[in-house]
Amino acid sequence: MSLLRIRNLSVDFATASGKFRAVDQVDQDVDTGEILAIVGESGSGKSVSMLAMMGLLPWTATVTADEMTFDGHNLLTMNTKARRKIVGNDLAMIFQEPMSSLNPCFPVGWQIKESLRVHLGLNRKQRHARAIELFEQVGIPDPERRLSAFPHQMSGGMNQRVMIAMAIACKPKLLIADEPTTALDVTIQAQILDLLASLRDETGMGLVLITHDMGVVAETAERVSVQYAGQKIEEQRVVPLFDEPHHPYTNALLDALPERATEKRLPTIPGVVPGQFDRPAGCLFSPRCKFADAKCKAESPAPQSDALGRARCFYPLNTDQRQAS
Amino acid sequence: MTAPIMTATALARHYEVGGGIFSKPKTLKAVGGIDFALFPGKTLAVVGESGCGKSTLARLVTMIEEPTSGSFAIDGKTVLPENWASLRSSIQIVFQDPYGSLNPRQRIAQILEEPLVINRPEMSRAEREAKAREMIKLVGLRPEHYDRYPHMFSGGQRQRIAIARALMLDPKVLVLDEPVSALDLSIQSAVLNLLIDLQERLNLAYLFISHDLSVVKHISDDVIVMYLGRAVERGSKDAVFAGAKHPYTKALLSATPQADPKAPKERIKLSGELPSPLAVPDGCPFAPRCWKVQDKCRSERPELSADAHAAACFFPEN
Repeated sequence: MSLLRIRNLSVDFATASGKFRAVDQVDQDVDTGEILAIVGESGSGKSVSMLAMMGLLPWTATVTADEMTFDGHNLLTMNTKARRKIVGNDLAMIFQEPMSSLNPCFPVGWQIKESLRVHLGLNRKQRHARAIELFEQVGIPDPERRLSAFPHQMSGGMNQRVMIAMAIACKPKLLIADEPTTALDVTIQAQILDLLASLRDETGMGLVLITHDMGVVAETAERVSVQYAGQKIEEQRVVPLFDEPHHPYTNALLDALPERATEKRLPTIPGVVPGQFDRPAGCLFSPRCKFADAKCKAESPAPQSDALGRARCFYPLNTDQRQAS
Repeated sequence: MTAPIMTATALARHYEVGGGIFSKPKTLKAVGGIDFALFPGKTLAVVGESGCGKSTLARLVTMIEEPTSGSFAIDGKTVLPENWASLRSSIQIVFQDPYGSLNPRQRIAQILEEPLVINRPEMSRAEREAKAREMIKLVGLRPEHYDRYPHMFSGGQRQRIAIARALMLDPKVLVLDEPVSALDLSIQSAVLNLLIDLQERLNLAYLFISHDLSVVKHISDDVIVMYLGRAVERGSKDAVFAGAKHPYTKALLSATPQADPKAPKERIKLSGELPSPLAVPDGCPFAPRCWKVQDKCRSERPELSADAHAAACFFPEN
């Protein structure tokens, strides 16, 4: 039984110009102690699916799913009050912009102690001791003094550590990191990724890493789910995904990486991600796909078997059949 | 060997910050003396983490700010504030954020023609339009885009417009300040290809400012690595990427994630963070984070030698 199980999740936003489908029939499983990466370009719905699961979307969003369970709780039928007990406690999230996610009006120590008070009911002394312990765990030097610092007095890397400390304060079973290192420099990024991986090893929590950086995926993730225009188009373990991608989009995305280039001109993907008004009828990637035919443009492909990475494609790449022909 | 299109010697920019009635202002050395030469048709990449002074360098060479000391020359002419106006058109800049750098109230036509209206007053309206339409074609946009507004374009197309605008005055040098870091991966490769095409066709010199080492490795010919306002390593791309000499370069390279899950992970972990630029350590600025630091590093500042591949370090790697 997996820790998080999502089946057929769709999210629609009511906008002034009509309905916009941000997440389209996504299935997702996360097991205890594993690192899953969700990759995709901007607008591929990778953050929205996780926010929907946590119930953090605004009222304009309509969430539908066949199944959405976390650790035995059914998130679909659960009321807001019960959900709030889980969110921030067993289920925690780190956001992209540490500077704007922290409250500038309170010292970081106050903010971290708040969750300890609400979720764990510790007394003042225990909270203080636990906060110092957490700061040490995430590698903040001089934790005693840093507790009374305000977010603007610390660097981006330090603030992100505070966010991580806050997220792991209640020993969550699942931690969702939404672009945790995008705003940071590479040397700091390396420190934060190592920290997240070592926290996973220590606590055995599940970790969902939402990112657009293929390098981060390759170095950190164990399993990768690729999203495009709201759909999950492929899911594989990390090594086979980089070696033998099955969906043409994954393949094209990997080819576009500068470090994989064999010549000066990089292979490109023509066109842009479809928006609200130019969603194609068939396969969403068909207008940009070099293998697309009439069938791709008319029908929407269903996911293939597990062996083919559940690729949403009629003609998956790197199969025995393809290699033979 | 061709003559460099731009040379800089000991280029520096200091800012005075703070200071009240009783306290003296402190000096912040944003760029503390940089030498480089830029050749036509070549790309010089400047890499470093945030706060290392790479954007200040861009502002200096585009004549937005006056250097505190040192000088630079374009095409043999020394740049002084008196002749800024005449030299500015030979060096143009493309900014990082294509959403912020285009005026949402101007049509593409106006955006592209504005530099001509200001700098080429002798051109007629028809000539300006012809030139703008030609430029739209050159950067891979369609003719019907001429009358549209920036909000009608995607990020990649906007960056193409920004590049077209920078090229309107036929510059010799293009400063690219993180031109692709705001773009998605699938768009990024198309914009990089465009930059390579334009360079070959127009023999442009690029000063490419970036923190993304995989992009730098792909596009550049020479690399300067900056740390706290100083160049710590300089050399050809191949030399720097294959045999980094400065420990900081080495750490930066090892920290950059590789898109290959099977690659060996030999990350050099740097402890600590960039020190405040107001309190740069006395000796080597990298000494507090360096793993092979010795007493000499803390007392003396290593200088960059004039070699083709040089590192400002007493105990270089390799």
